[in-house]
Amino acid sequence: MISLRVNGKTYRINVSPDRMLLWVIREKLGLTGTKFGCGMAQCGACTVHMDGHAVRSCVTPVSSASGKAIVTIEGLPKDHPVKQAWIAEQVPQCGYCQPGQVMQAAALLAANPSPAETDILRAMNGNLCRCGTYPYIKNAILRASRQMRSR
Amino acid sequence: MKTFTRREFIKYSLAGTGFAIALTITPHGYRILQAEEAEADSTFHPNLWISISEDNRVTIIINKSEMGQGVSTALPMIAADELEADWRQVSFVEAPAQPEYADPSMGMQLTGGSSSVRDMYKPFRLAGAAARVMLISAAARTWAVPEGECEAVSGTVRQVTTGRTLTYGELAQKASGLAVPQKPPLKNETQFRLIGLPLARLDIPDKVNGAAIFGMDISVPGMLYAGIARPPAYGARPLAYNKEAALKSPGVVKVFPVPHGIAVVADGIEDVWKGVRALDIRWDKGADPSLDNRSLEKSFMEGLGRRGITALDRGDAAAAGKAPVKIKASYMLPYLAHVTMEPMDCTANVRPGRCDIWAPTQNQTGVLESAAGITGLSPEQIHVHTTYLGGGFGRRGDFGYAAEAIRISKLAGVPVKLIWSRPEDIKYDTFRPGQSCRIEGALDAGGKLVSWSHRVVVPSIFEHFAPQRIKSGVDPTAVSGIVDMDYEIPNLHVEWVKLENPIPVGFWRAVGNSQNGFTTESFMDELARAAKKDPVEFRLALLTKKRHLPAASLIETAAEKAGWGKPPKKGQAMGMAYHFSYGARVAEVAEVSVDEKKGSVTVHKVVCAIDCGPVAVNPAILTAQARGGIIMGLSAALGERVEFKNGGAVSSNFYNYHELRISHAPEIEVHILRNQKTMGGIGEPPLPPIAPAVANAVFAATGHRIRRLPIEPELKHPG
Repeated sequence: MISLRVNGKTYRINVSPDRMLLWVIREKLGLTGTKFGCGMAQCGACTVHMDGHAVRSCVTPVSSASGKAIVTIEGLPKDHPVKQAWIAEQVPQCGYCQPGQVMQAAALLAANPSPAETDILRAMNGNLCRCGTYPYIKNAILRASRQMRSR
Repeated sequence: MKTFTRREFIKYSLAGTGFAIALTITPHGYRILQAEEAEADSTFHPNLWISISEDNRVTIIINKSEMGQGVSTALPMIAADELEADWRQVSFVEAPAQPEYADPSMGMQLTGGSSSVRDMYKPFRLAGAAARVMLISAAARTWAVPEGECEAVSGTVRQVTTGRTLTYGELAQKASGLAVPQKPPLKNETQFRLIGLPLARLDIPDKVNGAAIFGMDISVPGMLYAGIARPPAYGARPLAYNKEAALKSPGVVKVFPVPHGIAVVADGIEDVWKGVRALDIRWDKGADPSLDNRSLEKSFMEGLGRRGITALDRGDAAAAGKAPVKIKASYMLPYLAHVTMEPMDCTANVRPGRCDIWAPTQNQTGVLESAAGITGLSPEQIHVHTTYLGGGFGRRGDFGYAAEAIRISKLAGVPVKLIWSRPEDIKYDTFRPGQSCRIEGALDAGGKLVSWSHRVVVPSIFEHFAPQRIKSGVDPTAVSGIVDMDYEIPNLHVEWVKLENPIPVGFWRAVGNSQNGFTTESFMDELARAAKKDPVEFRLALLTKKRHLPAASLIETAAEKAGWGKPPKKGQAMGMAYHFSYGARVAEVAEVSVDEKKGSVTVHKVVCAIDCGPVAVNPAILTAQARGGIIMGLSAALGERVEFKNGGAVSSNFYNYHELRISHAPEIEVHILRNQKTMGGIGEPPLPPIAPAVANAVFAATGHRIRRLPIEPELKHPG
């Protein structure tokens, strides 16, 4: 049995400790907002927060997530400035990579509320988007940053 | 996003005595009818486009798949505008798969060819207008006043003289008892209230909150997970495998052979993948063990020496022999993978008398027919539920992955969700085929283009998907974008040499135009240099007739907005390209700088001018599609190439298939023009011009002519 704290809720799950957090979240907890893209931390679609840091859940063994505070896209409040900015800037197209993009951006702004463009590019470069929403992502992060600073 | 079977849908739309409008596309036009009428007529299967509930919910049923291109907003906007609906009350559902939901011009329920808005514009307007007329009539009867005194305004009918109103929900029941007008009056374009506005997309809030359901996210009671152990080489068969070891692997429930490998069914997808590894399969060598990068290159080069099938012969291209200036060039393009962010997946539940399929598909007709073939069930017993698609780009027009899920569910006797790993998704993709071509052009004494002769060597796509589309022996995907160039070229000869090999190919955003846009516009630049003319002036000189106005305006606009002809910023240069495809015209100027030592290209800015006709249903979506198409095309142009070895593809994940990341995304400016009279597409047309615009800019910056893609490896190691 492994104990997991996800979005403020504690789960006790019967799962082998070498299983990846991504599949435990999706298959055992039924939280499907976190996406599978590559299975080797190449695309960022599976990004979640672990104790406030953005991690790739597809390569995070569930044993190493036990005892940590995990937040998925479902657990990030709807009024979070990043989510609001993503809607205001109309970022998503197909939308599949966007939960990972949102979580990555939220972690960036938590650590650095006023990122320069180069900070944004560096922080977001691990998150692929095949639809090419990159210009919108940049604008949404700048908008969320302004919003967070004015609060 | 909900999905419905037909019967469930009728039940839903009529629940609470709501009002639903059906509209059937026949070869002779559209027949509009109500849900009850359709339901009562047992020989007639309606397709339903609009329903209005008593609590004023307006649901638009869309027959096109939402894969990011915005149809789930654009199509409802069209219907809602004619309906005079209150946009805040409008939502959408995906139609079930059935013949009546076919695209009227394709005869299939399929999303592709940048056609959704073009093909469905009239049906959705008619459906909305018919409902509006009936709601007005219902109000007039309720008040016992002439219909002429009543008007539809934002989800209500209002009596003009008194100002009293009834909502559509209040009128729904009465409206549903009225006769359906067969030729409802359509609004004129000055009366549009929604069409033309950059409205927020209906699908975005769920996509931002992680609530949108993609194929990957489907869950069915009792569902198991499935995967397939696939061969390293195309066509390879298993010689031996350890079934017992796989069955002993934790969570594995079933192991059995399927047409393309060995299926493993297990409790979770990680169990499936462990089971696949435990199989330890020994494969035979497959269809062509010698297939690799080098053998492919050789076959494309040899193809250039063969005579092809003539696709177009206008004037006398051979007469070019007398022209004073002649140039020729050969180009080579790689195989490309789609790499949709959602790898292929499909959930199927096959049981006696019924089959349900939850598919992120662009091709409902294909999935339905495939299911009928595999299960032996009749189409009425098969229910295809279309989920959101985590990217399409043509990949999901193929339905092989759905057929696999259906077959595995049938053989395993349980509902299964089949998931492809990323390496499977890349290695077993239906690729954008590689291509080589040779072009010969001739200029007259004034430097004007008089002749163009073009030989294309490329595999056929349609012979696998729709052989009936091959006309006079020519696959149109091989020569599209060449035979229909906008330029005035008096003598034009185009021929196709069909290349055959075991590599699966398919439709990749812009299809043949993704290749031919690059080669024609690169060569156009070469011709301009040979004529010692400015590339923009050279093109405009070939676009001087009245019919050329849309094309010429786009080139002029893109050039002007980009500051063409002004001194470039230090170390930067500009390239221009123009292309016509899917009924739309696009000119793009790329501003680049090149680090020749590193062999790297930085694209600073792209200016795009697009004309897809008189109506831009949602200009914000149009702009997003232009930007997305340009970024995908730029990604391919700079770094994408599928690698082959020992009879199969060896590219397998994002570390060895190089997709563009945010750090290399340029600023993109989009200008929408409206000179052409007919509607064009938007999903694909912005893609073809970017590769030649960048390659032409690289030439302007360095004098290095790019005749092979992708550009960056070519700059590092010229081939």
